[in-house]
Amino acid sequence: MSLILLEDICKYYYMGDQQVKALSHINLTIKPNEYIAFIGSSGSGKSTMMNILGCLDKPTKGRYLLNEKNVSTLTQNELADIRNKEIGFIFQSFNLLPRASALNNVMLPLVYKGIPLNLRKNLAKEALEKVNLADRMDHIPSELSGGQRQRVAIARALVTQPSILLADEPTGNLDSQTTQDIMTLFDELHNEGQTIIMVTHEDDIAEHCHRVVRLSDGQIVEDYENERKLANV
Amino acid sequence: MFSLIESFRSAISSVRAHGFRSFLTTLGIIIGVSSTIAVVSVIQGLSYSINQQFEGFGSNSISVRSFTPRSERLKGKIARITPQDVERIREGVEGVEHITPTLGSNVGGTSSIKYKGIEAFGQVAGSTYTYQAVQNIDIKHGRFLSYSDNQTRRKVVVIGEKLREDLSLPKNPIGEYIFFAGEWLKVIGLAEPKGSFFGFSQDNFAVVPYSTMQSLNGNLLEPDIFVQLQLKNLDNLEQIKGKIKRILRKEHRLKPGEDDDFKIETPEQLTSGISDVISMLTIVLGGIVSISLIVGGIGIMNIMLVSVTERTREIGICKAIGAKRHHILLQFLIEAVVLSLLGGIIGILLGYGLGMLASASIPNFPPANVPLWAVGIAFGFSAGVGVLFGILPAAKAANLDPIEALRYE
Repeated sequence: MSLILLEDICKYYYMGDQQVKALSHINLTIKPNEYIAFIGSSGSGKSTMMNILGCLDKPTKGRYLLNEKNVSTLTQNELADIRNKEIGFIFQSFNLLPRASALNNVMLPLVYKGIPLNLRKNLAKEALEKVNLADRMDHIPSELSGGQRQRVAIARALVTQPSILLADEPTGNLDSQTTQDIMTLFDELHNEGQTIIMVTHEDDIAEHCHRVVRLSDGQIVEDYENERKLANV
Repeated sequence: MFSLIESFRSAISSVRAHGFRSFLTTLGIIIGVSSTIAVVSVIQGLSYSINQQFEGFGSNSISVRSFTPRSERLKGKIARITPQDVERIREGVEGVEHITPTLGSNVGGTSSIKYKGIEAFGQVAGSTYTYQAVQNIDIKHGRFLSYSDNQTRRKVVVIGEKLREDLSLPKNPIGEYIFFAGEWLKVIGLAEPKGSFFGFSQDNFAVVPYSTMQSLNGNLLEPDIFVQLQLKNLDNLEQIKGKIKRILRKEHRLKPGEDDDFKIETPEQLTSGISDVISMLTIVLGGIVSISLIVGGIGIMNIMLVSVTERTREIGICKAIGAKRHHILLQFLIEAVVLSLLGGIIGILLGYGLGMLASASIPNFPPANVPLWAVGIAFGFSAGVGVLFGILPAAKAANLDPIEALRYE
């Protein structure tokens, strides 16, 4: 059974009269509990890949099956629903609401899911405990360090128990020590059964992943299992 | 419903986060609503006190007074209600509880009254014991005119507080004699003060028995009488009015086609004339202040548009983690409504204070009175302004593309 099935996905943009092929004819299958990295230089199409996988954008052509459901034909509101329930986003710049406390940030996806306040609070606390931030849940993002902010963002992504954790350069704004901590956290989550998709241009981040897909000019040029990593399991 | 509560929470936190800006934004609404409430409260206070004044007439009474049409006045003719007219009405009209003729010493003006070398001027009326009920007079000392005072033409008088002061009469003036129209009249009653109305004292009067007044006015050829009739019940009001009209037209020998030289009025007619003016005033002023509410609304829309642009990235985040269009729409719409309602509430309180202040600072002005409907309209109007001017920025926010919004710096 595949979690994600991409069939002949194309995404074209128009810059003036010029057609830009951000993705062309992508075929890919991702199974549950995979730990996969998309790598490539800038302009390789990995951001577009992330937008399409994250249901933020619709492909120009092709079929995208998520949990065996075709999401390439859904409306904006239906996509919002999928993003809410199936996908947990983690961004390079954390993207937390600046005025909301860590707890409120983590509670936000549950608001859109329609979870009542008490349950919402409990679930958010659990998620924050999982990323070791139970003692900082009343702080607003500007009172937290970069690593702590990214942990809050991870807690926010996890709180809805999504099928996929989708991380876009999650350590791009962090120093090397914090990067190690965050990657360790991702490794743990993967060991607990979470499917993780990462988009990065750093090879040592991709090293953590079990499968690496290299994109160039909107096409898959490499798709390999990370032998060393697999050997460790 | 659920997301409504959430939107309220987020709206309030956002309004609080930009406290000063929110205050400035709502200032337009505050000024609009407070001026509405201040103006309405003053006008309503006025109208309330005018109605209070007319309540004294009693709702089942009608009044008859002379009226000279303009064309007649130009010819030098002055219409009068004569004692004979009063007698004809008394004889000819049925269903009247009692009839209160009032004879002015000098219609519309004041007359000279003296006491121990002091002269004062007051309105002197000749009337019967029923005048007390019709004019709502309470007695402080002594008594009011009685039936027999009129029958026996007693030279007695009931005076108001202002007149007592002007004449330097003792606090309890019962038994003193005052000089009026060549006769000494014994003071038998002092009325409770009524205060002033638009700066005119209502206590500057004296009442003598009707028949006494007639004899005092002996040399006055044609006295003019103001007649008030207390009806047994209101059902035959129109019939009675018609009857009086026929009697007076016959007495005054008016030909068909000639205008009446008298007026028959019900208290409703008197008050409705004034309420018409007041409601016109309310509508005109209401129109002016609603323009200021619209200006306030534009201020809110402006700030909401700025706020949407500022928070583009936040909107992108919310959309990425699953906010639907209506979540974002509601959030911004409710923020606009909260802002304008806040302005509305502050405006209502401020306007009430201003109204109080205004009526307190003008001497003899009736106290301000804020009717509930004005509060309701002000509240509803400011909520409406919030929705009207919030919808555009909210729609702009809701329609943002999540990818574009996330990329926004």
